[in-house]
Amino acid sequence: MRKPILTFLTLLLGMAHIVGQNPDLPSSIQRGSELYADFCVTCHLPNGEGVPFAFPPLAKSDYLIKNRAASIKGIKYGNEGEMIVNGITYNSAMAPMGLDDEEIADVMNFILNSWGNSSNDPVTIEEVRAITE
Amino acid sequence: MKNSIVYLYLFVVTLNYSCAQDAENKANTPSDIPFSEELLIDGLQIPWAMAFLPDNSMLITEKSGSLIHFKDGIKTTVANVPQVYARGQGGLMDIVLHPDYQNNGWIYMTYASEEGEEKGGHTALMRARLKDNSLYDNELLYKASPNTTKGQHFGSRIVFDNDGYLYFSIGERGARDENPQDITRDGGKIYRLKDDGSIPEDNPFIGNENAKTAIYSYGHRNPQGLVKHPETGAIWDHEHGPRGGDEINIIRKGANYGWPLITYGINYSGTPITDKTEMEGMEQPIHYWVPSIAPSGMAFVTSDKYKDWKGSLLVGSLSFQYLERLTLDGTKVTNREKLLENMGRVRDVRQGPDGLIYVAIEGKGIFKLIPKS
Repeated sequence: MRKPILTFLTLLLGMAHIVGQNPDLPSSIQRGSELYADFCVTCHLPNGEGVPFAFPPLAKSDYLIKNRAASIKGIKYGNEGEMIVNGITYNSAMAPMGLDDEEIADVMNFILNSWGNSSNDPVTIEEVRAITE
Repeated sequence: MKNSIVYLYLFVVTLNYSCAQDAENKANTPSDIPFSEELLIDGLQIPWAMAFLPDNSMLITEKSGSLIHFKDGIKTTVANVPQVYARGQGGLMDIVLHPDYQNNGWIYMTYASEEGEEKGGHTALMRARLKDNSLYDNELLYKASPNTTKGQHFGSRIVFDNDGYLYFSIGERGARDENPQDITRDGGKIYRLKDDGSIPEDNPFIGNENAKTAIYSYGHRNPQGLVKHPETGAIWDHEHGPRGGDEINIIRKGANYGWPLITYGINYSGTPITDKTEMEGMEQPIHYWVPSIAPSGMAFVTSDKYKDWKGSLLVGSLSFQYLERLTLDGTKVTNREKLLENMGRVRDVRQGPDGLIYVAIEGKGIFKLIPKS
C-alpha cells in the first residue's frame, strides 16, 4: 500500500520539476497583462505591433530577444536615443513608468510570452533588481 | 414601397443631422510653411509645460518632477518643488502664471501626488512664488482622492478665465465606470476654483449631497488641453479618447461630456465601448479625431506673425508626432494641417508674450517657430 503512494509522490515531484521550472510564471504573465493594459498599450498597442518609426514593436521584436537586460533597463529607467528594431530606426524617448521590480518582471514575462514571442527563461525580481542605471 | 422610400429618406436626413462634422476628417501637409524652427532649449526629457516670466525667462516642467528655469541661455533646476508621484502618465504637469503675476507673483502647477492615506497617487493643484531659483509660500490648493496605483489619466492643464477663476482638469484615472459620471468622486472632471483655492459660491454642484463642489463639468476622459478663447472668453478643452474619439469641447457650467456613455472611439482591443455617440443631456464635441492623434497642449494663435494663422488653434499630437493647426470658422473646424512632422511627441504648445509660438517636444526640448519674412 505504501509503495504506490511513494511512487506517486516521486512521480509528482519529478513532473513538477520538469513542467513547472517556474510555477509562478503563469500568474506573473497574468499580472503582466494587466500592467500592459495600464501602462504600455497606448503606444505599443494591443498586439504589441507598435507604430513604425514612432513606437517600436514588441511582438517578434529582434531587439527585445537579443537585448533582454537593456529591455528591462529601458522599462526601469526609461529609454533615450536611437534604437534599431526589426530593421527600423527609432528615436523617440520612453519615460520610466514608475513600476517596481516585481511589476517590471511581470510585464517582461507577459511581453516575452505574447504575440508569437516565447521564452522559457522567466524574468525574476532578482534579475530586475540587479540592473542599475 | 412608398413607405420604405420615406423611411430611407428620413434615415439619411437623421444621419446627416446626427453627424456633428463632415466625414472628411484628414490632416493635410501644407506646401507653404510660414516659419523655420529653432531649438531654443535642448537636453529635456519630457517637457510637459512652459510658462513665460516677465523678465523674458521661462519656466519648464519636466514630467519626472523637476522645474527648470531658463534664463539668458542657462538652465537652472528650481528648488523646493513638491515631490511628484512619477508613475505611468503621472508626474509634474502644467504650469501657469496668475493673470496678475506682476503684482502677486503666484505660479500654479498641477502634479501627480501621493498625499493622502491610500497607496498610489492622484492629481494635485498647488501654487507658489519664485525667488532665487527656489519656490516659497507653497500652498496645496486641491488634492483629488482616493489615490490609486493606476498609471493613466491624471490630466492635467490649468487656465484662468476673464473673471479670474481658475480651471483645471483631472482625467478619470483609469476608472471609467466609477469616476467620470459620478460628481461625488474625483477624476474625469474640469474644476473651477478662485485663485486662492476656495470654491466659488455659484459652482454648479453646490447643494448636491456629497458632491465635490469644485467640479465645474464632468464626463471627461483625460483632458490635456485647456485654453481660453481669445475673443469669446469661453474655456475650450481637448481630451484623449480611447482608440479614436479624441475631442475638442467648449466647457459649460454643470455640463456632462458623456464619457464613457457616449464616445466616437472604441476600446484599444477593438471591441466597442458603447454604440452611442450622443445622448440627451450630454454635450457634443465641436470636433473629434478618428483616428486619435493623442492631443496634448493647446494654444490659440492671436498674433499676426505667421501669415493667415491668426484665430487658428494649435494642438500637439503625441501618437502621430506632429503639431496640428486647425483652422476655425467660429466653432467649426474647416481645415487641419500637419506641422513639425516626425520630430517627436509634441507635448505642449504656447504663444509667448512676443507673439511667437513655442513647442515642447519629448526627447528634444523647446522649439521656437521663427516667422519667415
